[in-house]
Amino acid sequence: MKAVIVQELERSYDKVEALKGISFEVDQGEIFGIIGPDGAGKTTLFRILTTLLLADSGFASVDGNEVVKDYKSIRKKIGYMPGRFSLYQDLTVEENLKIFASIFKTTIEENYHLIKDIYQQIEPFKKRKAGALSGGMKQKLALSCALIHKPVVLFLDEPTTGVDPVSRKEFWDMLDKLKHQGITILVSTPYMDEASLCNRIGLIQDGNFLKIDTPENIINQYENVLLAAQSNQMSKLLKDLRTEEDINTCFAFGDSHHITIKKESLAENGGNFSIDKLTMDLSNKGHKDIHIEPIKAGIEDCFMELAK
Amino acid sequence: MKVIESENLTKRFGQFTAVDNISFAVEKGEIFGFLGANGAGKTTAMRMLCGLSKPTSGKGTVSGFDIEKQSEEVKKNIGYMSQKFALYEDLKVWENLRLYGGIYGIEKKAIGPKIDALLHQLGFESEKNTMVKSLPLGWKQKLAFSAAIFHEPKIVFLDEPTGGVDPAARRQFWELIYDASDRGITVFVTTHYMDEAEYCNRVSIMVDGRIEALDSPKNLKKQFEAENMDHVFHQLARRAKRN
Repeated sequence: MKAVIVQELERSYDKVEALKGISFEVDQGEIFGIIGPDGAGKTTLFRILTTLLLADSGFASVDGNEVVKDYKSIRKKIGYMPGRFSLYQDLTVEENLKIFASIFKTTIEENYHLIKDIYQQIEPFKKRKAGALSGGMKQKLALSCALIHKPVVLFLDEPTTGVDPVSRKEFWDMLDKLKHQGITILVSTPYMDEASLCNRIGLIQDGNFLKIDTPENIINQYENVLLAAQSNQMSKLLKDLRTEEDINTCFAFGDSHHITIKKESLAENGGNFSIDKLTMDLSNKGHKDIHIEPIKAGIEDCFMELAK
Repeated sequence: MKVIESENLTKRFGQFTAVDNISFAVEKGEIFGFLGANGAGKTTAMRMLCGLSKPTSGKGTVSGFDIEKQSEEVKKNIGYMSQKFALYEDLKVWENLRLYGGIYGIEKKAIGPKIDALLHQLGFESEKNTMVKSLPLGWKQKLAFSAAIFHEPKIVFLDEPTGGVDPAARRQFWELIYDASDRGITVFVTTHYMDEAEYCNRVSIMVDGRIEALDSPKNLKKQFEAENMDHVFHQLARRAKRN
């Protein structure tokens, strides 16, 4: 049985089509990442799957239960961590966890093994009010509360947004451990670099999936010739590269610019593009320390190509 | 010319030292990246520099005004934009700009033509009467940035301006930052995207309330023998003792 099945799901708010008929499936025990910018439809999808919002049309099920008909059984066996911190700010850390445990008719002790690694980090502050915790600690408490009833599927809506790179890495290490305990995880994120930590990902934009596959397959299917370029004048280089007739796209990527070459300009298609020629052109425009090399695409390159 | 000068700036909340003796200066037209893990003290430091919070000790000037004694002057002479709040969703594009212009004391007669000139420059004329809430996020960010520098401040503070923005729009946003910097506006920016740290002229990294590193991305990578800024950040942030 699939952990999540979604077929032709549609949902609009007035004139805005948040989900335009999306379909996908999540296998049991996998980490499935929904990756895309704000406004792509991620939260709408999560709210439908967690039975908090009705779709206009289409079908969705979680662990074999249909989201409308069987909403009561779904609510009992999923964990949901919404994007906005939604615990009780004026209750203590411990009280929040107890409330969630009792709502689900369990105790902290019963499933302590599941949250141990995460909860231990905030246990020294268990008498502190949730509202007074730092961002990282709130996140750990929210995850503990979402896990305390041993959910079959865990829904995490942008758990790492606004979180620094080191804390994000720690959070993903926690998710990996949960996966090994057999929990299926559906997680959304706007950070493309988190894609490689998922078993499979769906790249989403404007209510549609651009692609669903493993991160490796998506990268391997990238068809363009991609080059990284550097010179001593990076800002000028960006502008100069864009005036080159062989170049299709050019964007800043950290310490270099990523450029794609027009298909017809490639030697194999009878064009006369070469790295040496480009280097010469740039040198004539006053650039020094020019370095251009072919590189492998990352998920962000793929997203930008697919989103065009 | 220095647009920001901070000397032993410190902020304590009770026993807790949120910002611990930070000293640095930012030059006119510089793009200055202000990095640090959550809880390192970035927001507290930024609030002091914006005249919103008084330092416990130490001093600072922004745009030539003392952040403690002339905090109202500081507020008038800076721009500010954050990802969380930038524009009023229920106001039209031009209404938002008029509001910003009014708040910052631009002469009433001058606001209208200034709005038209800006919308023309952005290619946004057709959206003048559009409600901000129905604009795509990338456009909102561009408009928010333009609103933040509408009163032509010497410096603009950007607090995680690109969080959640799609990859192409994120890059277009940085090109706006470059343009502003070319026009002499100093840009003080925080971000959690380490590729964006590479676009800054200089970067400071805060750990436990202190500035532990401050240099150009190139020199920082050399200093920490790191391949990219992400590795530099990880090395430093892991030293954190608090939280």
